[in-house]
Amino acid sequence: MIIRTRRNSDIPSSEITPESAFINRRRFLGASAGIGAAAFLSRDAAGSPLSTRQDEEPNTWEEITTHNNFYEFGLDKKDPSRNAHTLVTRPWTVKVDGLCNKPGDYQLEDFIKPSTIEDRVYRFRCVEAWSMVIPWRGFPLADVIRRAEPHPSAKYVAFATLWDPEQMPERRWKPRIGWPYREGLRLDEAMHPLSLLVNGLYGKELPNQNGAPLRVIVPWKYGFKSIKSIVRMTFTEEEPPTTWATQTPGEYGFYSNVNPDVSHPRWSQATEKRIDGSRFFGSRRIDTLFLNGYADEVAHLYEGMDLQKYF
Amino acid sequence: MVTPPTRAKPASRRPANPGHRILLLKTAIWLTGLGPIAWLTVGFFRGTLGVLPVDTIILVEGRWTLVFLIATLAVTPIRRLTGWNRVIQVRRLLGLFAFFHACVHFLAYAGIDQVFAIGYIIEDVLDRRYITAGFAALVLLVPLAVTSTKGWIRRLGKRWRKLHRLAYLSASLGVLHFYWKVRADTFWPLVAALTLAGLFTVRLAYRKRSPKKTARK
Repeated sequence: MIIRTRRNSDIPSSEITPESAFINRRRFLGASAGIGAAAFLSRDAAGSPLSTRQDEEPNTWEEITTHNNFYEFGLDKKDPSRNAHTLVTRPWTVKVDGLCNKPGDYQLEDFIKPSTIEDRVYRFRCVEAWSMVIPWRGFPLADVIRRAEPHPSAKYVAFATLWDPEQMPERRWKPRIGWPYREGLRLDEAMHPLSLLVNGLYGKELPNQNGAPLRVIVPWKYGFKSIKSIVRMTFTEEEPPTTWATQTPGEYGFYSNVNPDVSHPRWSQATEKRIDGSRFFGSRRIDTLFLNGYADEVAHLYEGMDLQKYF
Repeated sequence: MVTPPTRAKPASRRPANPGHRILLLKTAIWLTGLGPIAWLTVGFFRGTLGVLPVDTIILVEGRWTLVFLIATLAVTPIRRLTGWNRVIQVRRLLGLFAFFHACVHFLAYAGIDQVFAIGYIIEDVLDRRYITAGFAALVLLVPLAVTSTKGWIRRLGKRWRKLHRLAYLSASLGVLHFYWKVRADTFWPLVAALTLAGLFTVRLAYRKRSPKKTARK
């Protein structure tokens, strides 16, 4: 049996994926057109900055696409990969409304086209204390927010996932969770360069179970904040209600920033199980980093806030 | 499931070997008791337990602990309701399998999930109510498993039955542990709670109906 003791040195505190790394890697991608993205992402590729961080190797396609929380398609981690094929992602319309100058129903293509698509490797930390490293493909959420021209009074942006019982088999849970699934961000969080709208994974089209055709990725927050299969974006002045914070207010807050010092009432958030297929039991325990290791970039958003209170 | 007492009682109509049904039942219990371990072992090496096999192991073993605890506590109510007295012979086996699965469940949590980080485990046990309840349920099973031998039954005499009423407390804490753990799906924890309540009601009903008889037995 592999018994591994925890050490603080397991993850260097500076191991966030720096933007320079992406830029270098993107240049490399450009230089090696024709080599598959997956091959490129292997960390030994030509001195990529990621190769210096042994513990930040992206998880496999298999791991990322068979271990999902997408309750509309079932409660078991494997259920979404089995059931989400019924999700129809074309055509797809995103409704933009609320406090903005350019509300309307946008076709997915029109939503994505004006932006430059990038590949970004982010840590993904689930509130259930497991984590992965995922090579997303997407574009800054700020792009579409700017194009919608929110009013100065808009302080938040709310999102909703598609809810269509015909496509989503878990009708049994309808009374328990108020579908559609809702999430929200403060506007400055949503505008942050790390916040993405994602439509791809490993350079390929995003699989349905991962939130196709379009999802949010906010890497410094627990995974459930990164809402999937978005059909609506609403600009609001007041903090919008979000699914889990409404469902269990004592356990999930609006902010839900990754924070090892704020325990979930039912489990510690100090450490996490990093999914790692090279380990005998498929994962290894590592320390959880404040703001999932993105503190240098985003900690200023929460200056002066009591994060024990605004969890 | 169980032959009603009216048919079982007349000696002439009983099978040649009156113990054969118990033997069958015991075989079934052994197979059911070891089945999950075999299933998990095969699944682990075939890679079919999911991306986090430890979570599957903990979940499956927790469920089987509760199944065996409830089955153990169902023995006496079944005996009372059906008059099938021999069924009592499988109670120890059921109880020991409950304890066995509880140990595997706990070791998977402490050893694989928490990699024996004692500090975190102690914090969990003290601070997280569902783990407090689950851990208490396990601790309560230890003296019951230890004193399940014939020698201890003889040694403890009347006190043995009193001691073993702790099984109800342990099972209740186990169900509470299950209920507090789940996030959205409270269906099975509630089924377990109602089953336990039903079994307890049957026992209380028989106790009230014939207090002296129960006391003598």
